[in-house]
Amino acid sequence: MTDSIDFEQFSGTEGYIASSSLLDAVNAAIALQRPLLIKGEPGTGKTLLAEHVAEALGQPLEKWHIKSTSKAQEGLYVYDTVQRLNDARFGDGDVSDIRTYIRFGAMGRSFAAKEAQVLLIDEIDKADIEFPNDLLRELDEMRFTVMETGDEVVAEVRPLVIITSNNERELPDAFLRRCVFHFIEFPDKELMTQIVAVHHPHLETRLLDQVLVKFFWLREQTELRKKPSTSELIDWISVLLRSGMGADDIEQHIPFLGALLKNEQDTEALDQYGERGGSYPSEWADLGPRYNN
Amino acid sequence: MFLDLFYELRDEGVPVGLQEWMMFVEGLGKGLHGSSLNRFYNLARSTLVKSETYFDQFDRAFLKVFEGVEGSLDIEAELEDWLNDPKAFEGLTDEQRATWERLASDELLQKFLETLAEQDERHDGGGKWVGTGGHSPFGHSGEHPTGIRVGGRSRNRSAMKVAEERRFKDYRTDETLDVRQTRVALRRLRQLTRTGTATELDLDETIDETCRQAGEIELVFRPEKKNDVRLLLLMDVGGTMDPFYGPVSNLLTALHAERGLRDFQAWYFHNCPYEQLGKDARLLRRDAIPTGDLLRKLNANWKVLFVGDAAMHPAELLEPFGNVDPRRMAETRGIDWLHKIDDHFNRVVWLNPELPALWDEYETVKIIRKIFPMFHLSTDGIEEAVKALIGGKTLH
Repeated sequence: MTDSIDFEQFSGTEGYIASSSLLDAVNAAIALQRPLLIKGEPGTGKTLLAEHVAEALGQPLEKWHIKSTSKAQEGLYVYDTVQRLNDARFGDGDVSDIRTYIRFGAMGRSFAAKEAQVLLIDEIDKADIEFPNDLLRELDEMRFTVMETGDEVVAEVRPLVIITSNNERELPDAFLRRCVFHFIEFPDKELMTQIVAVHHPHLETRLLDQVLVKFFWLREQTELRKKPSTSELIDWISVLLRSGMGADDIEQHIPFLGALLKNEQDTEALDQYGERGGSYPSEWADLGPRYNN
Repeated sequence: MFLDLFYELRDEGVPVGLQEWMMFVEGLGKGLHGSSLNRFYNLARSTLVKSETYFDQFDRAFLKVFEGVEGSLDIEAELEDWLNDPKAFEGLTDEQRATWERLASDELLQKFLETLAEQDERHDGGGKWVGTGGHSPFGHSGEHPTGIRVGGRSRNRSAMKVAEERRFKDYRTDETLDVRQTRVALRRLRQLTRTGTATELDLDETIDETCRQAGEIELVFRPEKKNDVRLLLLMDVGGTMDPFYGPVSNLLTALHAERGLRDFQAWYFHNCPYEQLGKDARLLRRDAIPTGDLLRKLNANWKVLFVGDAAMHPAELLEPFGNVDPRRMAETRGIDWLHKIDDHFNRVVWLNPELPALWDEYETVKIIRKIFPMFHLSTDGIEEAVKALIGGKTLH
């Protein structure tokens, strides 16, 4: 590859291991100046990506966490009427200037900023079905008008917009058409090894191997209501290390199961499996062809 | 080669439109693909495909088009060739070439892009905009001889053939509906009333009250607006309804996902409701509810939505013991039950999945249409039906 091209601005950070297709998608979004839509299983690092992209680009990050009650307007600005009323009553502040009471939301701030920013719109699928459509114009043109004052806010530098979705609901086509899309696949054995190495750099090889065998075996169990994800794996390793357990301790057992499984029925099912004398795999060979190529 | 990918994707059922394609070409123009097929693949996938459910189809299409291209690919050269001389590609049919010659001709393409920039919504028919039908040179299945084809497939097929296939009928909101369209159509199922705890600041009242208190701030709160609509769904299942499984199941999915409703109940019948309604589509006797009980339980404000083709043997509707199921002796005639339902509730509408043009073919449809307002089970029809359920004055 002859990659001496200047648009390439993101190549991962020390704390974040990204697949090559994810890097390409991020850089496409930067170069094309389109929002980047990231989907993927919970715990695959969608939200973290924005933080690390911002870090790698050396730009500040604005976060907008979406709730079911979020309105598109809130991301731009809110007009704090109660504060103004209060100030009028008690003579605090300059009531005559309505601008004092206009508070920008995350999106508004990222448009108004003089330098390039990264804007994270987190879990957009949580909001009302029409929410993404309400943002179309703002995302396209990166400008909006403050109705109360008539001021127009225009982004001098277009922020890089990163949008995450957990796929709880379908997003409108008009919205999708404008985005660069990337789906974070669940990391395979090799990528997971790299990811673990970032968080626990001095992990003993045999322990790492045992940990991953158990982890991927658990994920293969189709009856589980909630499969453990990357973040749970990292937590689990931390617990194991803190309690001083070694590879031998987890060869036949899965201690601290609670760190991996967050559902009561799942934990019970695993306990019963152990009581029935069920065995846990200790080698990749026990896991089937996907892990042995 | 590039455009093959576009058509191949569409053949595989990936919803790729011109906007995505332009984004992809723009990316190529910026050199985002570097010089590796891998990065070319990544760029193509992230700009052309917007859902992981289509990745498999994308891969199949990509493989088909680029199989045999090993390691690296001189994309700039290919792109330039493609733009300048579509004849350079092997494997193009005469027709495809002809299409490309027309498409690649600068003047038309330029005009097309300008038109695209002006246009901000989908458009069918008419004389200027890009869309389907109509006689503008831009768009699909139009009548202009040298028009630009937008979408559609041209290899080995005449434009007539494509038109006949009606590949674009999915865009017509009067014929099909997916879950999202249905949900949007159902959004009007709202009657907002203020009930419950006062949590929302009432600005006007606050100002009035503050003035009355001579400037002493008096915050006034009111309950948030909530939807007050209760919906009763009565649905025909089995028999003649089977062909309509798709649109009906989309409607059900949308209704069940509709969290805004204050209350929602669904009951099922076969052909015509009689003395009992089934709890689910199996119509098991032990799960059934007497229709009379249901009428007593639900007050007149419940909105009733029938879904059914209303097509049956006239005897099933008009004769005593009309129920086709011999285990269920029901003396009261079907039509009497329909009248009871009509009398009991203020608002009742009927959604029919059958094409409206065929409604009058059935005697029973004609009769039922006189009792309830009937609408087609399509996005437009649902909107009309919802208006009839919610709108201003009582219908009957």
